Amino acid sequence: MNSILLWSLVILGVLGVIAAVILYFVAKRFKVEENPLIGEVESVLAGANCGGCGFAGCHNFAEACVKAAAEKKSLAGLNCPSSDMSKVAGILGLTATVQEPMVAVVRCNGTCENAPKKVHYEGAGVCAFATTLYAGGNGCPNGCLGLGDCVKKCAFDAIHINKETGLPEVDEDKCVGCGACAKACPRGVIELRYKGKNNRRVYVACNNTEKGAIAMKNCNVACIACQKCFKTCPFEAIEMRGNLAYIDYTKCKQCRKCVEVCPRGSIHEVNFPPRKPKAETPEDTETNVTNESK
Amino acid sequence: MNQFIISGSPHVHGPESTRRIMLDVIIALMPALLVALYFFGWYALRLTVISVAACVLTEWLIQKYLLKVPTTVGDLSAVVTGILLAFNVPANLPVWMIIVGAVVSIGIAKMSFGGLGHNPFNPALVGRVFLLVSFPTAMTTWPKVSPIFENGFFADAITGPTPLGLLKESAGNIDKMELLDMLFGNRGGAFGEMCAIALIIGGLYLIIRRVIDVWTPLVIFATVFAFTGICYLIDPATYIAPVYHIFYGGLILGAFFMATDMVTSPMTTCGKCIFAFGIGVITVVIRLWGAYPEGVSFAILIMNALVPLINRGFTPKRFGSKK
Amino acid sequence: MNPIKTFRLGGVHPEENKLSSGQPIKDFEIPKQVIIPLGQCLGAPSEPIVAKGDKVKVGQLIATAKGFISANVHSSVSGTVAKIDDVMDHTGYRKPAIFIDVEGDEWLEGIDTTDTLIKDITLTSEEIVERVKQHGIVGLGGATFPTYVKLMIPKDKKADYVIINAAECEPYLTCDNRLLIEKPMEFLVGVKVLMKAVNAPKGVIGIEYNKIDVARKLDEIISGDSYFSGIEVQPLETKYPQGGEKQLIQAVTGREVPSGKLPIETGCVVVNVASTFAVYEAVQKNKPLVYRIVTVTGKSVKNPSNFRVRIGTPANMLIEAVGGLPEDTANLINGGPMMGKSVSVMTFPTVKGTSGILMLNTKDAQPRAVGNCIRCGKCMKACPMGLEPYLLKRLSETNNFEETEKHNIMDCIECGSCEFTCPANIPLADYIRFGKNKTGQIIRSRNQK
Repeated sequence: MNSILLWSLVILGVLGVIAAVILYFVAKRFKVEENPLIGEVESVLAGANCGGCGFAGCHNFAEACVKAAAEKKSLAGLNCPSSDMSKVAGILGLTATVQEPMVAVVRCNGTCENAPKKVHYEGAGVCAFATTLYAGGNGCPNGCLGLGDCVKKCAFDAIHINKETGLPEVDEDKCVGCGACAKACPRGVIELRYKGKNNRRVYVACNNTEKGAIAMKNCNVACIACQKCFKTCPFEAIEMRGNLAYIDYTKCKQCRKCVEVCPRGSIHEVNFPPRKPKAETPEDTETNVTNESK
Repeated sequence: MNQFIISGSPHVHGPESTRRIMLDVIIALMPALLVALYFFGWYALRLTVISVAACVLTEWLIQKYLLKVPTTVGDLSAVVTGILLAFNVPANLPVWMIIVGAVVSIGIAKMSFGGLGHNPFNPALVGRVFLLVSFPTAMTTWPKVSPIFENGFFADAITGPTPLGLLKESAGNIDKMELLDMLFGNRGGAFGEMCAIALIIGGLYLIIRRVIDVWTPLVIFATVFAFTGICYLIDPATYIAPVYHIFYGGLILGAFFMATDMVTSPMTTCGKCIFAFGIGVITVVIRLWGAYPEGVSFAILIMNALVPLINRGFTPKRFGSKK
Repeated sequence: MNPIKTFRLGGVHPEENKLSSGQPIKDFEIPKQVIIPLGQCLGAPSEPIVAKGDKVKVGQLIATAKGFISANVHSSVSGTVAKIDDVMDHTGYRKPAIFIDVEGDEWLEGIDTTDTLIKDITLTSEEIVERVKQHGIVGLGGATFPTYVKLMIPKDKKADYVIINAAECEPYLTCDNRLLIEKPMEFLVGVKVLMKAVNAPKGVIGIEYNKIDVARKLDEIISGDSYFSGIEVQPLETKYPQGGEKQLIQAVTGREVPSGKLPIETGCVVVNVASTFAVYEAVQKNKPLVYRIVTVTGKSVKNPSNFRVRIGTPANMLIEAVGGLPEDTANLINGGPMMGKSVSVMTFPTVKGTSGILMLNTKDAQPRAVGNCIRCGKCMKACPMGLEPYLLKRLSETNNFEETEKHNIMDCIECGSCEFTCPANIPLADYIRFGKNKTGQIIRSRNQK
């Protein structure tokens, strides 16, 4: 009995040593030299591999950061929306330019009520496919199709289709502004905009490019390019893009005058305190908010 | 005016549906059930009904309360599982055991993988094997047949050995059996697998309805026949003639109804043949040299595990891939 | 006649429902205004050469081809150009079109509008191809691929066969069948013209067995006239997609078009029946493509009909003419039920590719609940290209476009047999089309680098 025990121990022990030796040499032979900075940078990234930076994953992004820091001494053009870039810059011995926090905004308000469906879609639940079949349930060729390509792409569970409106809604607390949803949308309905101070934003909730008369038939809240907001804006923040008014979020001072003049209710203001009826608009506080907001 | 439907082509659909396929399988199992009712009366009926009810209920409860998804019991796949599970146990199995088997079949083998279409193993067989290893005595105590015309519908069961069990003890026991009895089911065994003719009728129905491919059962029978035939030729004293191997035990039930389960079998004809060949070989190996008298269930489960590999290895021949 | 043949892999057999096969082709009234879209063929839209207020005659060139895969567009009526504006096509998207107010029916000089049969082919093969190109003839089966491109045989290739696709495997549609019944002589001369154009010794007309009486009639004409020597009629099994280009070549000649290659690789040129007739009219009668035959049908439709329709006639006029839209219409389709496209806007103009307008009733079109894939492999058995639709669907759904390419998604002919047969009602074809689209984009961007 003893000898069996002994033999087992010896054989297993020798096997173990041999395996360890092989492992050691293999590890040496095939070792991939990697800059340790890459690992360090990666450790401060969000690690969601959301693709918001334009790279396939966090590791690739970290590699690119290290490379850019070594070659160009700057991180220009590299931004991870979901983590603190100053930490990355710190590791690489650079100072990061502070990026405005961004948030995804759904530029369509064609709810079941505002834009009644004329046809009914049955088939694969993929917007990118449905858009090749038809212009949309309400006939708007630029509006949201509501099949949720954006929802599927969100790595942060921050966007969901509201069953009642049929439109996606962004959870501002969860959204990191990576832009994966904006890229996924085949119609460009979703846009990344400055998050704004106190989360306040003013934007045109419409993506329509058709002429006003046609857009009006399709949707009760479509922008009809009447240009009232364009003429009203004191900061020249609104531009006309074809048949659609667009508020440049870098120029907008959130005075909300455009919201008041819009005859279609296409311009949305979010997270503002309720307006006092007929009283002076609380503009002063808003105009102080400068670079942060649109 | 009503709203037009917008859909990608094709806009029409063929007559096939999952429900129709499952219904066909149930219809195909009816002859064997009738034979079982004849031989075991009340016992067979009780087990089948309870097994089906337990399977359907388990699926419904899991979907309704655990997963909170729309229920799919309407596709009848749980009914098929229930009948097959009942067919694989002795007629005098305690009722609570078959309920345990049904819960394992549906709850563990099917729903935990994501429901119909996602289960890697045949649910009924998993349930059966679970019962076999948990309650070996109950699962291998076979009641003797008692045709209802002779002994009445509610007759008590008397237990006796199965043909394969007898053969496991000694090949000489072959003399105690009549091949004709095997064909008509007048023998011991799990109550669904007894009557070869009833099962073959069901199998042919499925083949005619194009629910199953003829290749899977054919290759299984051929493999078992050839393999046992070689053994018989080498040593007739130890091994029995191959024809007995085909008609004894659960081979016919397994070949027609379990190895052909769409979810857990390969897709291409070529893959199906490999799959069937594997089942045949493993079955014979277990029967001749293994500890259990019967090996069909294990053989099918083992080959189930290889299905993803087979599917990957045997793709259909592409159009225009010549040269 | 030859024994019946069929293609090798897959296929399904949908209900045929050829409701209008007994209805003679009727000339449809010329509407007050036609809307002629500029993008009527596969490839780039054409460029208008008329302006608002211009007077045009029937057959006058109004838009020229832009790029290689593009076709000329001719006025289908005589009158005044009202405007050049966007019009909603069947998808609801706006596409540029020329609106013409109709005044009378005056044809351009030089066009032979009589019914006399002209058998002598005076043009050379180059002239024929040029004529086909000038007269804007495209594949009228629905794909609208410019016909002249097919007829230009590369220098290192030789055409052995001209195969005429008379299979009409789409259920409901009968326009090709009626054309063969009513204009067999013109059609056969068209085959001769095509044979001359590509210098092919043989012409084969592939007809599905459900139209065997037409096949017999054509066979009679051919054997009774030595002028038609070289043409033969090939009956085919009634099976979808018998009229798929690659399937047809395989069924008729036994040759398989290699993956990713064009049919000319096998020495075959495949042309549709209606296109053949259009080639006859263009070459022998100098008549551009200004009308086509459209089947307007459906189970609940009062009078399913075949109309000869001027290009640009609004579809709702055709629907009115067969007794109006039935109450139970659930899905209005531009084309046949297997490969046609759902219509969101009923007023879309008929174009060169409109082979039928189908009103599917609620019972047939009602979407069924989608279940889990039970891995039955029926889609694989039905696939005429030997692909694995269930796998391609799964890969496309998860955006795994490297794998879809490896599994030959680009070979998919989008026939929809897989989805037709799927017992779980999974929209396989939708996902595969989406995956094919994306994979194609990836391949193209890679090739550009």
